[in-house]
Parts: sequence; C-alpha cells; structure tokens
Amino acid sequence: MIEAGRKRATKPPTQPQTPPQQPEAQRLTRIKPSNRFFSLDLGELWRYRELGFILAWRDIKLRYKQTFLGAAWAIIQPVTTMVVMTLIFHQFLGINPEYHVPYVLFSYVGLLPWTYFNACLTQSSASIVGNSPLVTKVYFPRLLMPLASVISPLVDFFVASTILAGMFVYYRQAPHWHTIAAPVFMAIALMTALGLGLWFSALSVRYRDVPYALPFLTQLLFFMSPLVYPASDVPQRFRWLFALNPVTGVIDGMRWTVIGKGVPHYSVFGASAATGALILVSGLVFFRHTERSFADVI
Amino acid sequence: MAAFAIQAEGLSKQYRLGQHRHAYKTLREELGRATRALVRRNGDANGPGTIWALDDVSFEVEQGEVVGIVGRNGAGKTTLLKILSRITEPTRGYADLRGRIGSLLEVGTGFHPELTGRENVFLNGAILGMKRKEVARKFDEIIEFAGVEKFIDTPVKRYSSGMYVRLAFSVAAHLEPEILIVDEVLAVGDAEFQKRCLGRMDAIGKSGRTVIFVSHNMPTVTRLCQRAILLDRGRVVLDGRSEDVTAHYLHSDTGTSAHRTWPERAHAPGDDLIRLRSVRTVNTEGGTAHTVDIRRPVGIEITFDVLRSGPPVRPQVMITDESGLHSFNALDTDTRWQNSAEPGAYTSTAWVPGNLLNEGVVFVSVFVSTLSSQRTLQHVKERDIVSFQVADPLEGDSAKGEFAGRWAGVVSPLLEWTTDSVE
Repeated sequence: MIEAGRKRATKPPTQPQTPPQQPEAQRLTRIKPSNRFFSLDLGELWRYRELGFILAWRDIKLRYKQTFLGAAWAIIQPVTTMVVMTLIFHQFLGINPEYHVPYVLFSYVGLLPWTYFNACLTQSSASIVGNSPLVTKVYFPRLLMPLASVISPLVDFFVASTILAGMFVYYRQAPHWHTIAAPVFMAIALMTALGLGLWFSALSVRYRDVPYALPFLTQLLFFMSPLVYPASDVPQRFRWLFALNPVTGVIDGMRWTVIGKGVPHYSVFGASAATGALILVSGLVFFRHTERSFADVI
Repeated sequence: MAAFAIQAEGLSKQYRLGQHRHAYKTLREELGRATRALVRRNGDANGPGTIWALDDVSFEVEQGEVVGIVGRNGAGKTTLLKILSRITEPTRGYADLRGRIGSLLEVGTGFHPELTGRENVFLNGAILGMKRKEVARKFDEIIEFAGVEKFIDTPVKRYSSGMYVRLAFSVAAHLEPEILIVDEVLAVGDAEFQKRCLGRMDAIGKSGRTVIFVSHNMPTVTRLCQRAILLDRGRVVLDGRSEDVTAHYLHSDTGTSAHRTWPERAHAPGDDLIRLRSVRTVNTEGGTAHTVDIRRPVGIEITFDVLRSGPPVRPQVMITDESGLHSFNALDTDTRWQNSAEPGAYTSTAWVPGNLLNEGVVFVSVFVSTLSSQRTLQHVKERDIVSFQVADPLEGDSAKGEFAGRWAGVVSPLLEWTTDSVE
C-alpha cells in the first residue's frame, strides 16, 4: 500500500515533550458556576498583579497623548478652578475662612484631593465599559481594571502638588509638619472613589445611565463638600449630614495636615472613614457578585 | 496513559434571550420589567425567554491532544470557548483544566493605536497572560517574526493593517501555556500569513501542548487536529477522529453542502460588477451531487450575474482535499470570456473528469476575476464554498483495483498499464 504521499501533519509524538514542569504547569483550575455569593480571591489578583501595573502604566501613558498641552492639564484644571473660586467666593461673596492663610491656598489645598477623588471616580466608573473588548475576549480578574484606573490620577495629583509647593514659597510659609498625615486622608479619598467606582463600573455594564448620572453626582458633591467654604461654616444641625460625605473628612483633614489649622472633629473624621470603608466594602461585594455576567451583558 | 488536560462534565450555559450581545438596558426599562414581573410572577427558568447555548457537554482531552471543535453558527462553539477561557461562567456543570490556559479569541486584544509597537507587545503579552520577563526574553524573536523591527517605536496607528496583524499574531504565537484555546478568527489575513499561523499552531500541538481549536474550515481541522468534536444546538453530536467528524459534519445538513444559493442579491458574494447566485456540484444527469462515483465526471456549476459591462470575466475553481492540500486550479477557458462581458446571468460549469480525484471529501473554492490589461481583479473569492464526497464502489475498475483499504494521494488517476513478459 502506498502511504508516502499522504501528508498527515499532526501525528502526536508518542512521548510528548512536556514543557518544563513549573508548579503553574500542573495547577488545576476548576471552572464552575460560582454559587458563593462573594469571594475576594486575593490570590488570583496577586497572580495577575503585573497586568494590573501594565494597565495602569497604559492609562498614564495614554492620558495626555495627542493633547497639545500634555501633562500641563493636570495643573491647568485645579489652578483655573482655584482662580475662579477665589474670584467668586472670596472676592465677590466675601467668604473668608479663619485659617489665617490666603484664600487661594485654602481653596487649592481642598482642590488637590478633590481633583484626585473626581478623576478616580470618573475613570474607575468607566473602566469596565471602556475596556469591553478585553472583557469579552480574555480572562483576568475584572477587579484589575477599576484598581488600575485609580493609579494614573495619582500622577496628576503629584504634578498638581508642585503648584502648592510653589504657592508656599510665594507666600513665604511652610507646610505644617502635620503634612506627614496627608496619606491617611488621601487613602480615604481613594477608598471612597474606588468604592463608588466599583459600584458604578459594575452598574454601567448593565445600565448605560451611569455616564449621564455621574457628572451630575460629582457636581452636587462639589457643592456639598467644604471646597469653597470651611466645614466650620456649616450650621451645627447639618454637620452630621456633612460628615456622612467622606469627601468632607478628606478635605477638612487635608487642610489640617497642610495648613495646620482647623483640627477636624474626631466624629467627622470617624464618620468619613467609616462611610468610605462601607462604600468600598459594599462596592467590592457588589462588583464581585455581578462580574460573572459582565461578558454576557456588556 | 497521559493525564487529562481538560475534563468537562455536563457543561451547560443558559442565556436569557436578548441578553446575549448588546442587551444593556436603561434603568427605566429594568424598573418596568421588575414591576411587571412582580405582578405576573413568572419565574420559570426554562421559559420561552431563555436558550441553552450549551447543553450538557462532557468530554475529556488528554495532555498533548489537538482537538477541533466544529459546528455551524450558533451550535455553541464560541460559548464553549468562552467558558473554557473563563470569560463567562457555565450555568451548570464544571470543567477542570490542568496548567496555564492561554486563549486567543482574537489577535491584538488590547492593542492601542496610540502606543508604539514595543509598548503594545508588552501590553498585549500581559493581557494574554505572559509575564513581563517572559515578554522581554522573547521580544527580539517576536518582532523578528512579525518583521517590523524598523517600526517598533512607531505608534501602531501608523502601521499598515498587515503589519498590525503580523505584530499582533506574533505576540500570540509566542504564548506558551499548557492549554491553548484558539478561535478560527486567528486564521485571518492573507494566504501567506494564514500558512504561518497554521504552521505555528501545528508546532505548538507537536510540542506536547494541548490545543482546542474552533473552526468552520474543515480542511484546517483535519490537517491540524487528530480529534474533533461536533456540536449542534449546544450538544455534542459526534466526538472522534477528525476525518470522520468533519465528513459527518459536511454531509449532514449542518455544514456546507454540495449546493449553495444566495436568493438575495444584496447578501450574495461579489461586488458591483459580479454577484454569485449559486454554486453546486452536479453529476452527469444534472442532479446535485453530494457523493460522486470515483469513475464518473463531476461538474462544478457556478451561476452568477454580470451587473454591467466590464473587462473579460474569468470564472475559476480551486480544488482542495480534506487535508487542505491544493489539488489543482482551473480557469474557465471558454472563448466567450475572451471579450468584454455583457450584463446578464451566466452559468459556467467546470467538468472534473472521472478517475481523477481520490476518495474522500473534496472542497471547491470559487473565484470570479476580471482581466484587463492593467490588472487582475477578484470579484468573487469564496473558499470551500461547496463540498462533495468521492467514493469508490470497489468494483475493481478504478486506480486501486481490488484493493479495499485507504488509498493515499491527492489524485487517483486511472493509468494505462502495459505489461510484457520478459525472457
């Protein structure tokens, strides 16, 4: 029988040369419907950490690509807002907080964490729908996307902070030594923004109302947080309501750390931190619970 | 016995109708639905609003096996792929996978036009599950394979589409998981590129890795895979040697057949000059030939419209055997096509003589081109559009005579033998 001409390309080698035996090569993955309501699976997240960093790096890299002013935008936004705020609220309306510092400094110290919070919230909320080609074509822990998107606003935050340093030099003042506590308050800002971002990114997979609702929400928050006025101007009977807004605690706290005046009341700080933590935890639970259907619905 | 690489047990996936694809709703619709549901309390999970895209699918794949998943559109191939890739969860059942899983449902997932080639290689590599160090180690190899060394620091938006696809594929080709899940979309691009893709897949399969390959293209499946699984309406219909499975698929009403028609001109293959109406294989009696006696001629009948006058038209057929080998090409040499084509409907039939094609499944590709002094333009380019089976009734008068076993060769011509006695 003539067998030579028959070209069968894939005859398996009798003894397949298995690739080098790494522990990963033998790891058993079970794919099944997840019946548990919630599991964080930090181990999985850790295994994919490199992808998380690369996604964050991509965001930073792409942030100001093909813009004329580039990274200057990180400065232009808070500085312009500061100028307008000073003109309207300080000059025209006469708001004069008792911080014994120029109003520009007062407002800019508040705007810094606010800008960071706002960017985190906006970007993490858009992270899933904005990456839908990835969601439908490859597997990775979906949490990486909102997580990665809170990193690039951090770069903007540091860029914008240089202006603050410049202002201190101009006014011949020094930041208070409390400044070392700033990361605590930034962490509350991050926690809250990420928590809300988890809620909104998961919700927007199913409801495209989110992109419409979000700018409206942040606009309301802008006025409901002590950005243009000091927290002490809020009437006593509304204080508790303001304290529930984690951004209040963040801005109040940042002013205390950098300017050194206006010690935040422990109840305001406590309420902000607790609300922020609650938002983050509930966001995580909701996100993990709904992510299994992302690829089917998006 | 080799250990299993994949073990799937009763995998099922249910979709709510309309949930699949672009089913996002606004909050208002959802609230309306929730209210109606409260009133009616319709909680039946198997109600008319649901569909089982996969229904109790079980199979086991050994390490080092290359398995093809075939079936027509909507048979559940993509759903199975997405479950094995962990993109979506099964509704019921489970699958165990041993080792790292790499899935290529698309080339260049996550490529960003603003980033340079270099940056995209790292980004895409990470998305496909490669470690940074691994990408760095293979980086030179990747760009060399893609042939884009000179442009590696140029944003990929400036790349030609060919360069883009080559770079994207090259990253994917250097992925080395224990289990590779590949969609046929990988086999896009020009013929040269396709060949490289398939060659690479072949090599991956031979290196002892497990490959799951989804495809519509039967010759590719038979060439790359030892084993194939046929899905139909979410169920496993057949699981066995790829030749058997593809042959079954082609000759059940689920696959390509010996007769294809396009009743609506708007959806027919072609362009503003030429549109295909139908292609079928015919026997000498004029009937559609699903199976042809090896000794009898078979005609490939191409019916098409010429929509306006144009340069001379050339219908062409290309014959491929079940392993994907080109048997031959043939241009229509009818003198009618020497001159410019007049608008109208035409039927061209190419007659393949008996005692030429070997036994097995034969695939026919149809091309219609125009030849002008400047250039050749392909208006219709339909690969593997129809297929038929060549069968030897074993009556002793074909090339293999009385022999009843498998007969090798692309063709099996009946030769004239002379035998003389010598002293």
